[in-house]
Amino acid sequence: MPWTKKDLLGLEKLTAEEITIILDTAKAFSQIATRSIKKVPALQGKTVVNLFFEPSTRTRVSFEVAEKRLSADIVNVNIAASSVTKGETLLDTVKNLCAYRIDAIVVRHSCAGVPHYLAENIEPSIVNAGDGMHEHPTQALLDIYTLREKFGDLKGLKVAIVGDISHSRVARSNIWGLQKLGAKVTVVGPSTLMPREIEKMGEGVEVSYDLPATLKKVDAVNMLRIQREREQQVQFPSLREYARYFGLSTKLIDQTPESLIVMHPGPINRGVELSGTVADGPRSVILQQVTNGLAVRMAVLFLVTGGTKISEE
Amino acid sequence: MKTLIINGTIVDPSQKLEGKGYLRIEDGKIKECALGEAPKALNDEKVIDAKGAYVTPGFIDLHVHLREPGQESKETIESGSNAAVAGGFSTIVCMPNTIPPIDHVSLVKFILLEGKRVGKANVLPTGTISKGRAGEELSEIGEMYKAGIVAITDDGSPVMNSFLMSRASEYAKMFDLLVMDHCEDINFKGSMNEGFYSTKLGLRGTPSISEEIMLMRDILVAGYTGGRIHLQHVSTGLGIYMVRDAKSRGVKVTCEVTPHHMSLTDADLETYDTNFKMSPPLRTEKDRQKLIEGLMDGTVDCIATDHAPHTYTNKDVEFDNAPNGIIGMETALPVSYTTLVKENKMPVMRLVELMSTNPAKILRLKAKGSLKAGSDADVTVWSADTEYKIDTAAFKSKARNCPFQGKSVYGKVNLTIVGGEVKYEA
Ligand SMILES: [Zn+2]
Repeated sequence: MPWTKKDLLGLEKLTAEEITIILDTAKAFSQIATRSIKKVPALQGKTVVNLFFEPSTRTRVSFEVAEKRLSADIVNVNIAASSVTKGETLLDTVKNLCAYRIDAIVVRHSCAGVPHYLAENIEPSIVNAGDGMHEHPTQALLDIYTLREKFGDLKGLKVAIVGDISHSRVARSNIWGLQKLGAKVTVVGPSTLMPREIEKMGEGVEVSYDLPATLKKVDAVNMLRIQREREQQVQFPSLREYARYFGLSTKLIDQTPESLIVMHPGPINRGVELSGTVADGPRSVILQQVTNGLAVRMAVLFLVTGGTKISEE
Repeated sequence: MKTLIINGTIVDPSQKLEGKGYLRIEDGKIKECALGEAPKALNDEKVIDAKGAYVTPGFIDLHVHLREPGQESKETIESGSNAAVAGGFSTIVCMPNTIPPIDHVSLVKFILLEGKRVGKANVLPTGTISKGRAGEELSEIGEMYKAGIVAITDDGSPVMNSFLMSRASEYAKMFDLLVMDHCEDINFKGSMNEGFYSTKLGLRGTPSISEEIMLMRDILVAGYTGGRIHLQHVSTGLGIYMVRDAKSRGVKVTCEVTPHHMSLTDADLETYDTNFKMSPPLRTEKDRQKLIEGLMDGTVDCIATDHAPHTYTNKDVEFDNAPNGIIGMETALPVSYTTLVKENKMPVMRLVELMSTNPAKILRLKAKGSLKAGSDADVTVWSADTEYKIDTAAFKSKARNCPFQGKSVYGKVNLTIVGGEVKYEA
């Protein structure tokens, strides 16, 4: 079955086969990164715009490196959502870019649904690099890629996602993607940061407020970055108390099965959700995730712009 | 001027009248309304053939936003009045959240004058509860009452301050003036209903309790003061339950449900279409069923549209950044008829009660909402025998923010008569 979609908006609407195509394509691309010349002409002559309405270093750099390795021409547009020129709408901004006959837009926006809204209104391929609290499909794909690398088949695998599930697009994309490949997901976090009826996102989804107990039963744990901004002040009392209940400390990791691996989408709040020792320790696959992210994003850009087979030279 | 409407099915809940009959209008009043064979038309009588159609008292919408003054690019009293009569509404009650808000007698007079100048539907103003809709001090309610407001409300926003609400309720009681409230605790901030779909779509949810807490507050206040409270756009199942309970205890409470809340749910937001964004938000299917139950059993007093026009540009944005509200006057009959009569077997008599008789009663409009001899000759002639698709391009409203584009429906307005004159003809 070949890839047919023009956009990657999220994992919810993808089939297990489509996810597997991305992962397999990423595997092929990952080999390129080990060569001395790391560039392929797959997107030569194509223009990709990285359109970021939210500050991001990691995701944007990852996409940018992926695009460069694919030989695409790149335009970076960073717009603070607040400074969008008065009177001009989001669609005006994007249609202006489209007038240059670009081929793909990698978009990040603080409002859920923006990639879907754009995909309905413009021609170029849209890759969702994170929309509000909705989805962050390439992050979940690289998490899944990393799990597949470690465990092989994902069927029956148990993964815990820990933190602010409510506001997390990483959690949502992981929940969809992991379930489609047969894994089970336990979401762990303070009850105030657990979105309503999340267990209805699938039979494989379980909710827990007990991190130590959960960690004894899972194969991998994905620790989300916790933030405590102004509006979060009524959600939980303090970072200190959060770390006590939902932080992964050295002491806690020692009580878990040896095979448990630790993931984090970055950037880490060292000493809050994750102790520095654990982040840098043998269970951590955090840097592998970053490396895998490059291959996954190359694969996604390649597929959505119509690529079918990776040419060798 | 004299008019004789023949061959139609008269439905008048105020007289419990239903059947083939005729209606006679003279000098802006109903002259005669009866079942049976129509008499011969008089020489100077204009005859309207309503064959295959219902002849009912003109619809009354207790909740519309006409946007004038201040936001005339969205709607004006003129365009809104045209939309009203096209939707079968002979009387509309406009909300005071204009710019500036209707919080002063001069603005009340402006609305009344402009409504009369346009001369389509009866446009009845409401005044704000608080000065500037700021929720701090009472507006000059008595002055505005004298000038012709039919209710006070801060709609668009709730009255968060319960002390102020109790004073407003107490004060309005002197004039037997209706207090309307948009029930919402604004500390809950979201752009859709909180539940499975907000979780799935990654949109911030406003929980049902945000509405229910304030709804119960209003019931408690009205129960305590003895004033009349009208709860606007009730959207939750528990809200209906609380109204039912309050009514059984004798609290002077009435409530409205919108056509969109009775027909759509939060599951309809999957496409992030901003025409499904409003406040209160679309709730769950379970809530929707409870609303229908309340509409059927009499707990809900009336259907009101919360007609809220916005420009195309206002709505063609990111979901979170889109303003709340959809237009509703030109889809109220088809959506309500299809949902309630077609899908839920509501008697047409009850539908007319919800759209005309009861709103008139709530506003104490003795000459409206009825086809009884002597009443104002506000009449809607409409039919429901053929299915058609809603086409927003044909709307008279300036706005097109409508979630029902292309929906297959029954129920079409043929004729709207206001004060004895035909103001709309399909
Ligand atoms: Zn309202």
